[in-house]
Amino acid sequence: MVSPVSLSATEPVVTLRGVGKVFGSGVTALEGLDLDVRAGEFLSLLGPSGCGKSTALRIVAGLSEPSRGTVTWPGAGRGPVKDIGFVFQEPTLMPWARVFANVYLPLKLAGVSERDAASRVAQALARVGLGDFANAYPRQLSGGMRMRVSIARALVTEPRVLLMDEPFAALDEITRFKLNDDLIALWRELKMTVVFVTHSVFESVYLSQRVVVMSARPGRIFSELAIGAATRDASFRTSAEYAGHCRVASEALAQAMQASEAAA
Amino acid sequence: MLNERALRIALPALALGIGVLVWDLVVRLNELPPYILPGPGLVVSTVFADWPILWSSLLSTMETTFAGLALAVIGGVGLAIAFNQSRLVEHAFYPYAVILQVTPVVAIAPLLLIYLPQQAAVLACAWIVAFFPVLANTTLGLNSVDHNLADLFRLYGASRWQILRELKLPSAMPHMLAGLKIAGGLSLIGAVVAEIAAGSAGAGSGLAYRIAESGYRLNIPRMFAALLLLSVAGIVIFFLLSALEQLALRRWHESAVSRES
Repeated sequence: MVSPVSLSATEPVVTLRGVGKVFGSGVTALEGLDLDVRAGEFLSLLGPSGCGKSTALRIVAGLSEPSRGTVTWPGAGRGPVKDIGFVFQEPTLMPWARVFANVYLPLKLAGVSERDAASRVAQALARVGLGDFANAYPRQLSGGMRMRVSIARALVTEPRVLLMDEPFAALDEITRFKLNDDLIALWRELKMTVVFVTHSVFESVYLSQRVVVMSARPGRIFSELAIGAATRDASFRTSAEYAGHCRVASEALAQAMQASEAAA
Repeated sequence: MLNERALRIALPALALGIGVLVWDLVVRLNELPPYILPGPGLVVSTVFADWPILWSSLLSTMETTFAGLALAVIGGVGLAIAFNQSRLVEHAFYPYAVILQVTPVVAIAPLLLIYLPQQAAVLACAWIVAFFPVLANTTLGLNSVDHNLADLFRLYGASRWQILRELKLPSAMPHMLAGLKIAGGLSLIGAVVAEIAAGSAGAGSGLAYRIAESGYRLNIPRMFAALLLLSVAGIVIFFLLSALEQLALRRWHESAVSRES
């Protein structure tokens, strides 16, 4: 069951105001981006490639500085650095290290001893269903399993906000559906905030409570839709409600792309 | 593929065997005297007959080679790390590294022999030629860290030292070991060149000096025997360093893991 939070009432965990990004090459990746990420929500950024959705995510993560505008974390005091997890498009594991060491990394960098971290690492691995693979090397795992390790690594610090940059784009459909379901289960269990970047209409509708559609050149928010469905499972995937949301999202995306082309 | 593996061992052995046979036949059929060209049998028996002299020379050359290689690894990796940590250091000192590399060591050796004691000069030559591949490859390795992994370390607030130890050095390992493999052979060449240049040295000198000395005395079989030992030494060094590379990378790097098909 989706936790019955009324979306408008929760305070934002992160706020972007008038955020713009111009790269050194002169390309304007983002312009005038206003976005509130509300505590506990599952938010997707949906858009065509080049709309700056990944750039927006990197700015939220602090990996990239905005050229204009501000990013604030109203949750005061608690610095964003320790409180976010980031999952890249590729699993981005250290090939020379075993699965355990890869998941332990964020804690190691924070100065937690291996002994103190062992149970937390084991728990994170168990959460993604890889409890038995702590001693494997990444190259011994399938693409889906590597992505699970990557998710376990992001979860090991128990972040308030999980940022995901098209994490399942390179996986086959069966694996992607399975990981979609597991991700929703984790989001409910851990009550964290998820910001999920994707170019898949179906994935964004299936996962999110709120889909923000972006258009390109320059990247900006085009429209926004709320997905109210309470259950997210195989029956939802084939329901008329799901199909309806997908149609609306597809139309929004098509309009956003038209707007991008008109601007180009 | 058992057949292919057998072929991979058998073919080079066969080719080598034929070469030795041809060598032997040429010597026998033309009745060449040993001071023109000794046969393979004589070369091998000279190795045994002159073993005490050749062995101590071999030890001396190997000592120089491995000391030169060790210093090259320390210097090359150390400087690569320094370059990686500071652009200023890199811009200031990279030209020196290139100058050392492009100036032929044969031309530097006589100068070094004037300024340094002989043993130190020989070692310096081995170091100069072995140092650059370690530096160049390690620098390349330190600079080819996965960008996303670098971002991840930044995200978790890793210190410079943590980034170096946990990310850059392991990433650079395959490149570094490849550089080491090249450096091993070059270190031997550097040692040999310097010994030849030193020429006049007395006791305790290396195989290359034996070759030069035997040349003056027209002791051609001993020249060949020393040459054979140098080749064997070079091959042993190469295989030792290959084994080290295999051992270090076998679990994770594509170059070393065996694939099941």
